[in-house]
Amino acid sequence: MAGLAPTFGRGAMTNHWVDIRNADLILVMGGNAAEAHPVGFRWVMEAKEHNDARLVVVDPRFNRTAAVADYYAEIRTGTDIAFLGGLISYLIETDQIHHEYVRAYTDASLIVREEFGFEDGLFTGYDAENGEYDKETWQYEYSDEGHALRDDTLQHPRCVFQLMRAHFSRYTLDVVSSVCGTPRDKIQHVWDMVAATVVDDKTMTILYALGWTQHSIGSQIIRTAAMLQLLLGNMGMRGGGVNALRGHSNIQGLTDLGLLSDLLPGYMTLPEADEQDYEAYILDRSRPDLLPGEVSYWRYYERFHVSLMKAWFGDAATEANNWCYDWLPKLSETLYDVIHTFERMSHGEITGYICQGFNPLAAFPHKAKTSAALSRLKYLVVIDPLRTETAEFWKNHGEFNDVNTAEIDTEVFRLPTTCFAEEDGTIVNSSRWLQWFWAAAPPPGEALPDTAILAGIFLRIQQMYRNEGGAFSDALLNLSWPYRYPAEPSPNELAREYNGWALEDVYDEQRNLVCRAGEQVEDFGMLRADGSTASGCWIFAGCWTDEGNQMIRRDNSDPYGVGQTLGWAWSWPANRRILYNRASARPDGTPWSERKAVVWWNGNRWVGNDVPDFPVESAPTVAQGPFIMNQTGRGQFFARDRMVEGPFPEHYEPFETPIANNPMHPSNPLAKNNPGARVFEQDRANFGSFEEFPYAATTYRLTEHFHYWTMHNRLNAIAQPEKFVEIGESLANELGIAKGDRVRVSSKRGYIEAVAVVTKRIRPLQVAGRTVHQIGIPLHWGYLGETKRAHLTNTLTPSVGDANTQTPEFKSFLVRVDKL
Amino acid sequence: MTLKVTRRQFFKLGAVGMATSSMAMMGFAPEPAVASIRHFKLTGAKITRSNCTYCSVGCGVLLYSRGDGAINSIDNIYHVEGDPDHPVSRGSLCPKGAGLLDYIQSESRLKYPQVREPGTHEWKRISWDEALTRIARHMKDDRDANFVDQDAEGNTINQWTTTGMLAASASTNETAYLSQKIARSLGMVVLDNQARV
Ligand code: SF4
Repeated sequence: MAGLAPTFGRGAMTNHWVDIRNADLILVMGGNAAEAHPVGFRWVMEAKEHNDARLVVVDPRFNRTAAVADYYAEIRTGTDIAFLGGLISYLIETDQIHHEYVRAYTDASLIVREEFGFEDGLFTGYDAENGEYDKETWQYEYSDEGHALRDDTLQHPRCVFQLMRAHFSRYTLDVVSSVCGTPRDKIQHVWDMVAATVVDDKTMTILYALGWTQHSIGSQIIRTAAMLQLLLGNMGMRGGGVNALRGHSNIQGLTDLGLLSDLLPGYMTLPEADEQDYEAYILDRSRPDLLPGEVSYWRYYERFHVSLMKAWFGDAATEANNWCYDWLPKLSETLYDVIHTFERMSHGEITGYICQGFNPLAAFPHKAKTSAALSRLKYLVVIDPLRTETAEFWKNHGEFNDVNTAEIDTEVFRLPTTCFAEEDGTIVNSSRWLQWFWAAAPPPGEALPDTAILAGIFLRIQQMYRNEGGAFSDALLNLSWPYRYPAEPSPNELAREYNGWALEDVYDEQRNLVCRAGEQVEDFGMLRADGSTASGCWIFAGCWTDEGNQMIRRDNSDPYGVGQTLGWAWSWPANRRILYNRASARPDGTPWSERKAVVWWNGNRWVGNDVPDFPVESAPTVAQGPFIMNQTGRGQFFARDRMVEGPFPEHYEPFETPIANNPMHPSNPLAKNNPGARVFEQDRANFGSFEEFPYAATTYRLTEHFHYWTMHNRLNAIAQPEKFVEIGESLANELGIAKGDRVRVSSKRGYIEAVAVVTKRIRPLQVAGRTVHQIGIPLHWGYLGETKRAHLTNTLTPSVGDANTQTPEFKSFLVRVDKL
Repeated sequence: MTLKVTRRQFFKLGAVGMATSSMAMMGFAPEPAVASIRHFKLTGAKITRSNCTYCSVGCGVLLYSRGDGAINSIDNIYHVEGDPDHPVSRGSLCPKGAGLLDYIQSESRLKYPQVREPGTHEWKRISWDEALTRIARHMKDDRDANFVDQDAEGNTINQWTTTGMLAASASTNETAYLSQKIARSLGMVVLDNQARV
């Protein structure tokens, strides 16, 4: 999601599943919704059948989505920035951009610092020794008041628009075709279909998933798509948006709640080690407007932060102790992501690890490294409803897991937990809907809900500190624990807590009482920075009000007939269904098109078929921008310092590339791969070369399976019983492989064996004068469960991640194939 | 018998009680609901609203279980189907969702806390109390040994980096929130979830 937030302000799907039906063009790239999100995909078919929409698929494989598409173009894995960057240039050069939208709602007119530049693949400020950028020049030019300078004619040579135009001008049709391996006529066809949505009453939606995130340049691929949608005026509109189809059922919720090393709930961030001063910490995050009078909603950061500290530490959090600021852990590294953690673990720097419903041996790259790392732990705790390969990493399973059990000294605990059918609670779907569900039956045996397990461990630790003392314990001893049954906090109590309540009466600026002490807050606007409110996750405020649990709502009526069921469940933020929906109206407040209208100005306030994602009384004459989380109020073509590898996206090759150099910068080795990526030495040593491993491989999912879980289900095992790999016909002929033969697929890091599916669905591509073959490898199957025993796919994958998020590069790596 | 209720109203009523008994539907069910419920086999079922927890579409599912909630009667889920009122899924489930019953009842479900002692070849069943106490002891010992309250520059960092946690992407928000709250109170920074993977 690191590509969306720097562009639009929030890292989430901008529209929602049902809204896809309102699109005129659906571009599926970096995802395979028909296969991976089958029921959501029905809304694509609905758009085709009832809205005369076209579906375009650009993918390395002619996949199940492509099978029902109106147009398909093949592409080499990991080259989407080139494809979309070329499209951006084409739109600008042929004047097919939405001028009024771009001028009013984006930062195109803002002027960038004179020192900023880009040369031979590198932006200004690169430190080759450390592989890092000094981002000082990646800024607008500011007035003395701190506001960005601008030129609304977009003619200034250093305005964002002109810089962007120059940046992407290198991505000509020929260059794109050579980088991507897509034939020229197909590129042109897709580009023209997309360009047609520039008009007011047509929208394109972009659907993507892990096929974009799992690259070393993943965040920048997503940003390129986001920029494209701004140029076409497709954001905030019905049937528009950049729609991240999250992989797992509650990835969205876990991200919202900050279950990542550097986050706190609601996209707040933990302080870094040198942020010792509380006020400076708040000031840095209370982002002021960069254009006069913009909403810049993060300016209220302190309200959300103090409310969180009150939820966690109750009376112990006071103004005098800066709301327990010192108690919060501070970060000495930017991220403690999984690649970083398993690197440290492999050096024996981690003592213990807790895997909650997570199977890293199967899910992380470079299985051999993962296995060696787990073997160095003193203790491992696995909390899961199912057997997992991880919990049994110490067990010898022959060729599938050939370890020496007696030498592994890790103490492993395996704790049975409930599955969804045995618990109450909510998950957040891709559309940001919090949907409540109920337990239908008790769990098997002695299994317990996760909350009871976590509480059980925590309360014991607390007791040990009370009895024995030990390392710093103020935070853990003062943790607010207002649960009726301390050993098992209930979902209701926890949900009420992340919504939040008033601790004292809360007044607005006119001294009107807005929330009485003890009442649940109704929205995040009621939160205060003076300690009078508590809220565990400000963006969820409104989900459990004094009127009760909003997440159980079950009114599926759609009074406007546009697919906005505002009475079904509850959506963050503030039950808004289409983000940035102010942009669906012109600057003067009238809809760009009746067909696409979401909210509009009725003379007094914003109204419409959705909850306005905008201050409801902010008149069009005030001219506040629709991207209210951004400091400029506008969509950002220029990411400033919010991206690691540059304010504009640039194509870099995957770390394992099937060609010799980056065709964009053939003579600069520093710009071959993402210059901002972090690569550990042992991982670099484990990269293969295309001379030895000539084929580009990509991993993917199947409809019939969900990762490694459904291997344990009979029905799914019957549907897809055995591991296979997909090989294109021409390569199969070359290697003498027939359909059904067993093959060994090897990378520098290991091998797997599987049945060969020889297919027309993967074609050889001409890339930079070379023929590139691609191999498709489903990520499913392991050696536990009901399916035929198999090697784990992640035996093959490289341990390197996206420069911003450290999401591993599962989608582009190198292999060789041998017939067995 | 002739009372007309729309499906929506009907399920709103049902939502109050959290689960609806299909017996209650007799004479009190909207026509489409009757049509969507297979009589005989499913009569007497308790229906509970739930969500598929595989992918992020979040399809609505109805879980059919036996048992009337009385003490001594163990509920047992025996049928899963799509929720026809759900605005996204409208009663559909994909092959994954259609197999949910096999997940709930999988042979691979874990039933008891277990430990694998260092160097040994087998799991050993232990009590919850033993499991949780031993884990808490490991965590406390590691935390006491490796907690860093100040770094080399003299910054107060109150940080624990030698025990880490991976949170579950299919767990509920309530579990996730509690995990976050506990982890940070311990000073844990090695915390991640599948959002990266
Ligand atoms: S039934 Fe299929 S499409 Fe629906 S949430 Fe489950 S996995 Fe996703």
